[in-house]
Amino acid sequence: MAEGIKKKLLYVNRKAPYGTIYALEGLEVVLVGAAFEQDVSVAFLDDGVFQLLDGQDTADIGVKNFSRAYKALGDFEVRKVYVERESLAERGLDSADLMQITYEDENDDGAEKPLVRLIDRRELAHIMSEQDVILSF
Amino acid sequence: MAYQVGDVVAEADEEGYLQDISLWSEELAQAIAKSENVELSPEHWEVINFLRSYYAEYQIAPAVRILLKEMKKSFGPEKGDQKYLYSLFPYGPAKQACKIAGLPKPTGCI
Repeated sequence: MAEGIKKKLLYVNRKAPYGTIYALEGLEVVLVGAAFEQDVSVAFLDDGVFQLLDGQDTADIGVKNFSRAYKALGDFEVRKVYVERESLAERGLDSADLMQITYEDENDDGAEKPLVRLIDRRELAHIMSEQDVILSF
Repeated sequence: MAYQVGDVVAEADEEGYLQDISLWSEELAQAIAKSENVELSPEHWEVINFLRSYYAEYQIAPAVRILLKEMKKSFGPEKGDQKYLYSLFPYGPAKQACKIAGLPKPTGCI
């Protein structure tokens, strides 16, 4: 990619992790795209918040449990991960139900810090309005 | 194509990645390496073992940057180096090392 072309990219995840291929494909696109050094944000809303649930177990439905790969987002230089507060609440969930996802802060001697930020619907709308590109899964 | 080690026949795709990654063993890694014309040294195993432990934890192969960082941390700066990794795995630390380590084909570019 040419120097200086840096776009604000937001990946929007709205669907439950299993049953359709959207969540897995969305995650793979984020991880592959991370190599292109864009200004990346990832948002989870609607049923997409289920993608980050802690303790997923897919043994009985015969598909790969890829949920642990979300914990690698920090390794792939993704630093802006948002979960919509209202979507969690509407599903009877709160932040304690989600996986602990951290990143190593290079500016703070590699200290592990939480990666996921809970934001409300209005703030997410504002973040969406600032993007160059929004990819919805 | 397929690899054979003793009684175990492990099917692979046309590029040589295992179809069933649960069949992987150190002997199978030797067989894959042989078909890649790579002779496995202890230095190769440092990379393979890291890839496998990362995959076991996250279910994906690490970003190359992470591989470099971990190699540097565990084995010294001269090993956390892209050139060094290519000297071990001429067809790319991700693509070729993942193949020998029995990981799925990485979705990234190297």
